[in-house]
Amino acid sequence: MPDLAIQLLIIVTKIIALTFVVVLPLVPISVYFERRFSAVIQDRVGPNRVGIPLTLLGFKKDFHFFGLIQPMADGIKLLLKEDFTPEHVRKSFYWLAPALTVIPALITVCVVPFGSPLNFFGHEEKLVIADIDVGPLFVFAISSLSVYGITLAGWSSNSKFPFIGGVRSTAQMISYEISLGLSIVPVLMYFEDLNLSKIVQFQADNGWLLLPFWKNGSLSLPDLNTALFWIPAFISFIIFTVSIFAETNRMPFDLPECETELVGGYHTEYSSMKFALFFMGEYAAMVIGSAMIITLFLGGWSLGFTLDSKIADWNIAGVGIAGFIHLGVFMSKLLAFILFFILVRWTVPRFRYDQLMKLGWVIFFEAALVNVFLAALILAAPRFSTAITIIGAVLLIVITGAIIWVAKVSEDRPKLLRA
Amino acid sequence: MSVVKLKRPKLGFGEKVYFGALIKGFLLTMGHAVKSLRGKSAGAKELASSGLGVTMQFPEQRWDEHLPDYYRGAPALVTDEQGRERCVSCQLCEFICPPKAIKIVPSEIPADDKWAKVEKRPLEFDIDMIRCIYCGMCEEVCPEQAIFLRKDYLITGLARKDMVHTKKKLYEIGGTRVGLVNKWNELK
Repeated sequence: MPDLAIQLLIIVTKIIALTFVVVLPLVPISVYFERRFSAVIQDRVGPNRVGIPLTLLGFKKDFHFFGLIQPMADGIKLLLKEDFTPEHVRKSFYWLAPALTVIPALITVCVVPFGSPLNFFGHEEKLVIADIDVGPLFVFAISSLSVYGITLAGWSSNSKFPFIGGVRSTAQMISYEISLGLSIVPVLMYFEDLNLSKIVQFQADNGWLLLPFWKNGSLSLPDLNTALFWIPAFISFIIFTVSIFAETNRMPFDLPECETELVGGYHTEYSSMKFALFFMGEYAAMVIGSAMIITLFLGGWSLGFTLDSKIADWNIAGVGIAGFIHLGVFMSKLLAFILFFILVRWTVPRFRYDQLMKLGWVIFFEAALVNVFLAALILAAPRFSTAITIIGAVLLIVITGAIIWVAKVSEDRPKLLRA
Repeated sequence: MSVVKLKRPKLGFGEKVYFGALIKGFLLTMGHAVKSLRGKSAGAKELASSGLGVTMQFPEQRWDEHLPDYYRGAPALVTDEQGRERCVSCQLCEFICPPKAIKIVPSEIPADDKWAKVEKRPLEFDIDMIRCIYCGMCEEVCPEQAIFLRKDYLITGLARKDMVHTKKKLYEIGGTRVGLVNKWNELK
């Protein structure tokens, strides 16, 4: 048992390493990918020049790195710009708002398991800052705080477009938080646990939630119950992913900052590093959202296909490398998902505001609700007799029909009293 | 004007579900991405692309041979086939120039000169290339067809002074222009 000082040292190392070495660099990298990928989609080249200017030092050729230094140049530009505070803003809130968008996104890093435990000469160290037993709930609780930043920014800017952006953001966050929370209830029922590390370990042993093709360390087709559960799991996945898009204000849902309607939305009045903080907050939220989706649905750090138990004992000179491999796997999954985020941004046009609200309240909320009962029925079926299961199924169908009917009726135009 | 009532199209089930359209969109954008990575985007060949999308990458690749005939580059003064400078410093271009980039100091041609009968030529002819907007009005207004927009497009300098094209520089860019007008020509 290491003493307190060493424990504290380990925790601080973990915080610094995972937050500032693993997650924060992902922000500029995803900005770079955003620019290059969008360029490629639009038949352009994108930033491919900024590198190390060796010609300045007398060498023959510059080193371009495919422009990977570009985000650094962007960052330096934003840092060195004049930090202008307009006369008409509410100063204290105006200064507080950017920090309030970044900090929640970075705090949520602490429950994400980045890899399997690292093994140093027999001492195990978990690759997660805080291994708490309320993982997803903690993430929801903290990440939804970032709406305060956006709302405060909109309000304190004291000008009309940011204000509309802030109000939209509030409404959007509230609408999608509900379906976000409801959509993972089936998932948590399946795992019977709220600890993200244990959830990932479970998936490594028994198949990813969306890819259940192995069980207890051997490849096999899923049994009937698991196969049936794939349906609510997939519905959950879709609702959760779309809601994460809405939560992070990404493209089809970026109404709080849409340039075409609101100039810049909530950050119209911001410049320099304060604007950069909003920017960073958005991308950090995207990274954390992707991490949550991967952890809950796509096996987190696990390599899958029973390979995890095989590499578990690999080590070089007493240092287990499985943890590092898993970290790499997690990062590649994360990057793949970020690329998916970017693809969506450059494919799907922005929704109209009423469409956004309808999607959140009329479709996703109901679908997530029905999905909870469907998942419960499938999970409970083996424990009850056939008769009870059938009654449950009939009840579920009736309730689903009723909900669809209500949703449909609510969409009807009101009848005019006088024609 | 009569009021036209537009009927919104009735959406089918597939269109309402929206996922089909999403997947179609993904295929479209990914198709573009793959094509542009392979250098096979539509129009890549005609635009002489660099092999990534349709873009020509500038310092390595120049579009000089793709410049159209009507391209308007840097304005320049020309001499005729006898080496006489065509400009008679009437200052029409100076007056028409929208950004006021042209500055002319006129002077008389001394009586003992071969072209004394032309009477005037510019002593100084400066075009400030920072101000020039390449509109071609000077070319259009010139009665002597002395100023033309050439195809030079890389006008750069490290100081404001470098960006002013003097008379010498303008004739250097312009060179000799044959034909067109022979107003002052002895042969005529």
